[in-house]
Amino acid sequence: MCSYIVEKTALVGSAKGRKGWMRIDTANVYFDHPYYSTLDHVLAIDFTNEGEGGRDRVAIELSAESARALIERIQAALASGEAEHPSIAVAAE
Amino acid sequence: MSFYQGLQAETVSFRGHNGDQGEAYYARPTRAGKFPGVVIIHHLPGWDEWIMEVVRKFAHHGYAAISHHLYFREGSGSPDDIGARVRAAGGVADAQVVGDTAGAMAWLRAQSNATGKIGVIGFCSGGRHTYLAACTLPGIDAAVDCWGGNVIVDNPKDLNDKRPVAPIDLTEKLNCPLLGIFGNDDANPTADQVNRTEAVLKKLGKNYEFRRYNGAGHAFFNTARDAYRPEQAADGWRKVFDFYRRTLASSAASVAAE
Repeated sequence: MCSYIVEKTALVGSAKGRKGWMRIDTANVYFDHPYYSTLDHVLAIDFTNEGEGGRDRVAIELSAESARALIERIQAALASGEAEHPSIAVAAE
Repeated sequence: MSFYQGLQAETVSFRGHNGDQGEAYYARPTRAGKFPGVVIIHHLPGWDEWIMEVVRKFAHHGYAAISHHLYFREGSGSPDDIGARVRAAGGVADAQVVGDTAGAMAWLRAQSNATGKIGVIGFCSGGRHTYLAACTLPGIDAAVDCWGGNVIVDNPKDLNDKRPVAPIDLTEKLNCPLLGIFGNDDANPTADQVNRTEAVLKKLGKNYEFRRYNGAGHAFFNTARDAYRPEQAADGWRKVFDFYRRTLASSAASVAAE
């Protein structure tokens, strides 16, 4: 749909991109036409470090269905991981 | 040799909005002669391989064609990374895009191979930009809007500093022939929005032609996408070249007949 709608979230983490590992502080999330995928629309996430200018990114383009499946698996991995490490779960809250 | 085909394609430098110097992709037939110009406005994801194929396609058909990089101010880097940064920053301002398009037109007209006739064509957000340019820039001889969304703005909250005016509200100033190409399954613009755009053009007595395709949605010319619809796209391209032959090339024998 060629919109400029972007959901932005701050985060703490790291990602491996073209230049190797880098710290990331932001994810820009949108559902729109892709750059690379052949799909008409994709759920795209750009992981960047805006604190360092945001020029490098790690990008993914996912089908809507696989993006929803990924959300579920992330939630499941967090739940099972925190169950195994309850002190971490408490600390995170 | 009775049938010679050749073209040259390259990146060139042009002056855009506020005189800023940017890059553009330019292709032209290599045979001697003068050629009508076509400015091609890329879609929101960026200045990609498909849009450069489109530039070469116009050169193959006898036009001097240019696609200016709308995001050149972001500096060097791959077009997809630059496009992502522009998107995250809320996109580019309409006034800047129109100014850059005027710069690309001026660059074409300054070439020794120019007939002086200039068409503009854009895809997706570039279709919207084409509609805007056709309503605001002097010197456009023909415009083609390929499935430009948000020409009609139903929610006033979608207007902002970068996109302050709905293009449909500028229609009265349209002063060149307009061809619109749309897929009836598109979600933006919807068939209803295309109907409403056409109603405004008709009411204002504008010179327009709309070609609408069943079994096609958004971006159905794009061979790199699942949205590609070969039959509809082939007919759509014929309509584009027929339109430009009538509006741009009537005095240029060098443009290939369909």
